[in-house]
Formats: sequence, C-alpha cells, structure tokens
Amino acid sequence: MNTLEPTINGKKTAMNAIEITDLKKTYQSKSRTVEALKGISLNVAQGDFFALLGPNGAGKSTTIGIISSLVNKTSGTVKVFGYDIDSDIEAAKSQIGLVPQEFNFNMFETVLQIVLNQAGYYGVERSEALKRAEKYLKQTDLWEKRNARGRELSGGMKRRLMIARALMHEPKILILDEPTAGVDIEIRRGMWEFLKDLNAQGITIILTTHYLEEAEMLCRNIAIIDNGKIGKNTNMKSLLATLNVETFVLDTSPFKGSPDLAEYHHQIVDDHTIEVEVKKGQGLNAIFKQLDTQDIQVLSMRNKANRLEELFVRLVEEGKSNQAKGDK
Amino acid sequence: MLSYSVALKAILTKECNRFLRIWVQTLVPPAITMTLYFVIFGNLVGSRIGEMGGFDYMSFIVPGLIMMSVITNSYSNVASSFYSAKFQRNIEELLVAPVPNYIIILGYIGGGMLRGLLVGLIVTCVSMLFVDIQIHSYTILIFTVLLTSMVFSLAGLINAIFANSFDDISIIPTFILTPLTYLGGVFYSLTLLPEIWQDISKINPIVYMVNAFRYGFLGVSDVDLTFAVVMIIGFTVIFFALALYLINKGIGIRS
Repeated sequence: MNTLEPTINGKKTAMNAIEITDLKKTYQSKSRTVEALKGISLNVAQGDFFALLGPNGAGKSTTIGIISSLVNKTSGTVKVFGYDIDSDIEAAKSQIGLVPQEFNFNMFETVLQIVLNQAGYYGVERSEALKRAEKYLKQTDLWEKRNARGRELSGGMKRRLMIARALMHEPKILILDEPTAGVDIEIRRGMWEFLKDLNAQGITIILTTHYLEEAEMLCRNIAIIDNGKIGKNTNMKSLLATLNVETFVLDTSPFKGSPDLAEYHHQIVDDHTIEVEVKKGQGLNAIFKQLDTQDIQVLSMRNKANRLEELFVRLVEEGKSNQAKGDK
Repeated sequence: MLSYSVALKAILTKECNRFLRIWVQTLVPPAITMTLYFVIFGNLVGSRIGEMGGFDYMSFIVPGLIMMSVITNSYSNVASSFYSAKFQRNIEELLVAPVPNYIIILGYIGGGMLRGLLVGLIVTCVSMLFVDIQIHSYTILIFTVLLTSMVFSLAGLINAIFANSFDDISIIPTFILTPLTYLGGVFYSLTLLPEIWQDISKINPIVYMVNAFRYGFLGVSDVDLTFAVVMIIGFTVIFFALALYLINKGIGIRS
C-alpha cells in the first residue's frame, strides 16, 4: 500500500477527492495480454494540485481513463469525492472535468457549440450554459473565436478549448492529461497561471505531464508511476529533499588554467564556465570564497538540470534495475 | 438532480445540426433518387404493368418507396454519426458525462428518426407530383413509420458500435439492407411470387414494415396486419435491448 492521509501543506483536509485502492487493469487481445496497472493505491486530497508522472506506457493515462470512466478496470476500487464509480457512477462523473491528451472534440462544430453541448450533457440549462460559455471562453481567450470551427483553431487554442469545455459543468476536480504538450512556452506559462487560479478557487487538479518543470512549479503532491506500480507518492518538497547531489553551472569572469575547487567535483566547460557538483549539506559559500581568492567572479549561476528531472530519471532507472533483478 | 431531459435535448440538437449542416448530402440525394424511381418505375415502366394489388402501379409503390427512404436514411444517419464520434473520439464527451446509456441511445436514434422522417416527408411531397395520395389509417401509418425508423436507427447504431472502419458501416447497407429492402415487397406484391418464395420472403422483417405502411395508405397488405405490428414491436424491443447491452458493456467504445 502506498497511500497518504488527505493533507495539503501538512494540514489535514476534509476528504479525499480521489481514493484509489488496489487498482488493476489488464488489456487482453488475441495476440497478447498487457498488465497496465498492477494494483495501485493512491489518494488525492481535496484542493490539492497533484502530479502523476511516469514514462510513456507507465499507466498514467490508464489510471485517468479509469477514474473518468473511459477505461473499464479489471479490479480494485475508485472513489471520487466519496462516490464509488461502481455504485455511484453518475455522481462520481459529475465531480470530474477531463482534459484528455488527444483533441477529442468534433472538428466540424463551432467553439460555442462544443462547449454548449458539453454543458448540456451535464444537465446545465441553455441559459446558464450560455453565461458559462462566455465566462470560460473569455478566460481562455477564445471568446473571439466562438464561431470558428474546431478544425480552424491553432494547437494552443484547441488545448484551451478542451480546458474551457471541461469547466462548463463547474467540476470539483479537473484532470489534465498532458495539457501543455506541444504548446509554445508563452501559452504554457499562461495556462499555468490559469490552472493556479483555478486551484486557488478550490478546484482539485490532477496533472500528468512530461514537462517536469511544470510539475515542480505547480504541484504540491506527486506520484511517480512506472510499469503499472506507484514508485513514489509523497509531497514535492519531501521528494526534492531526497536529492543528494545538484549540478550548478557557474558563468564567471574569464580565467586561465583550471581554478582550484578542491572539495567539489567540477568540470571546466570553457574559459568562463564551470560545472560544479554540490552534495547535500555542502553549501555554495565555499565555492564563491575559493573562486574569489583566485580573482574569479561568479556572474550568474543556474541548475544544470531540472531537479525533479534528475530524481525522475533516477527513480525510473532504479525501477528498471529492480525489475531486472526480479526477472532473474 | 441532473436533468436527463437537458442531456437528451443536447444530443438531439447536436444530431439534427449535423444532418442539417450537410443537407446537400443528407436531404437532397433521397429526393433526387426517389424522383427517378417515380419517373422510371412508376411512370414509364409502371404504365405498362397495369394494376398491382388492386391499385395502379404508381400508387402501389409509393408507400414502399417512402418506407425505403426512411429505412436507409435512419440507418445511415446513426451509423455514420456514431462511428464518426468514435473515430474522432468525441464520443468520449458523452462517456465521461453523467448521462445514462439509454439517454445516449435515445439521443442518437432520435437524430436518426428525425432525419428518416424528414426525408420520408420530402419523398411524400415528391410523390404527390406523380400520384394522388390517399390515407386509409393514420394510426397504422404513423405507428409503422415511427417504429420502423426507430428499428433501423437502432440497427445503424449497433453497426457503428461494432465498426472498426468506415468500410464497416457501408458493408451492411450494401450487402444486407439494400437486398432486403428490394426483396421486401417495395416494388411487387408477394402474391406474385411462387408459394415457396412467399414463405421465404416472410423471414425478411422489411416485408412486415412495408406492408403495414402500405396498409396505412391503401388499406391492403400481403401479410396479416396484427402479426406485422407484433413483429415491428418485437424488433424494436430486441434491437433496443441489444444496443443497451452493448453500450453498457462498453463494446467498441471503452477499452
């Protein structure tokens, strides 16, 4: 079992938005059987901003598919705000807004028709749906495009349309499967701000993403899923605290030869760039002092890799290594 | 409490918008095809055939031709709309929403029925250019056309559920539906056939629908009317139950 009490920033919350217990999914075809989920257990607290990470084929989309009723589970239980998807499926569905990975709206319908239809499916009367359409299409900068057909939108607009559509019934939880895949950095940052605002309004958000910077910036809690199992399920701060070594890139004033940084493993990139590995607890002051005594000024500094990315790669490699041992 | 009537209305509106948006593909062709049938079979060939079932040939084939257009349009509307929704994956919009499966079915077949009935109305108007329409029983007429369009909308839905390509939604209409329609007594009275072929024809469900519909217009039928009505109700119930079972199981739409 790998479960958490419903907490956000260390404080207990009223209830879990999502409770998954021993969830299994096996895909069977004539030629082969694939065990996509091998009994995962996971809780997401109400109001959380939660990241579900994992390499391709790890089981992220299957998990989301089961929560949102697009995939039939093999066994296990899933509850959405206390509603079991086996016994209270309609109540459970009402809580969820889904933004899938692939564009799945009718490309021949207009933006307005697409969001109004979705509101209708959730029982929202047309007069109310029109108000919400204006609100959410304006918030996603699509109001001017309301009469354009889906196929006429750019990639970024299509992504935003799927978010606006998911909000039309004002769900308590928003599930986004790689929402910023393929959009430029400006739009991505705009979407991050929008999602942060939604979360601040009390909407629980679950996000899968390949941009680990995105998860680190937005999410408070995280689960890393690999090969159908939960590898880690903890809060972002705790996870990042387990990182033992970070590599910093220092841009310095020009120097000759090889600066002396005795206690630090380092590498000279060129005559004004040094990469330094800093172990947990070592601190950075000594680096600056040592360089200062050699008349080398540090002009700027940055992490070589995203911290979460380093952890993610390490965890996935550990998972592969454990699997290989198990296979032997 | 979620209003299912709002959800049903949303699906119906979407379906009607779809076939009205592409009216040149959905409403015009049946009118042209049926006009050709009336001109060639009814006027040119029919004038040499003489009477059929106690009526001139044109009057005899009008109910069958209207029913043929209702059947093919109800079927193809739901088959293509539901399969397109699967293909574009926008069926997921409905699958994630708290809409009971029977509402999804009613929404789609409602769209198919509306198109079938609209085309039936257009063909009826076209037929009035060639023949004086007489109506023997409004009750039988309306009952038969409503349930027949429902049966074939459901059949189109079932076809789309199993379909894995656009070819799969044209195979059944081409190789099964069209032959059954042509052999369903649209152009001839079953009494013209040898007895063995009359018996074989009675396996064909379209025989009952065409004959019940013809009874509504002309007051004549090659089959027992009560039996025909029971058959039509039976097919409606069986096809609805089958469609509901398939959607509940998620066949073709959930992995």
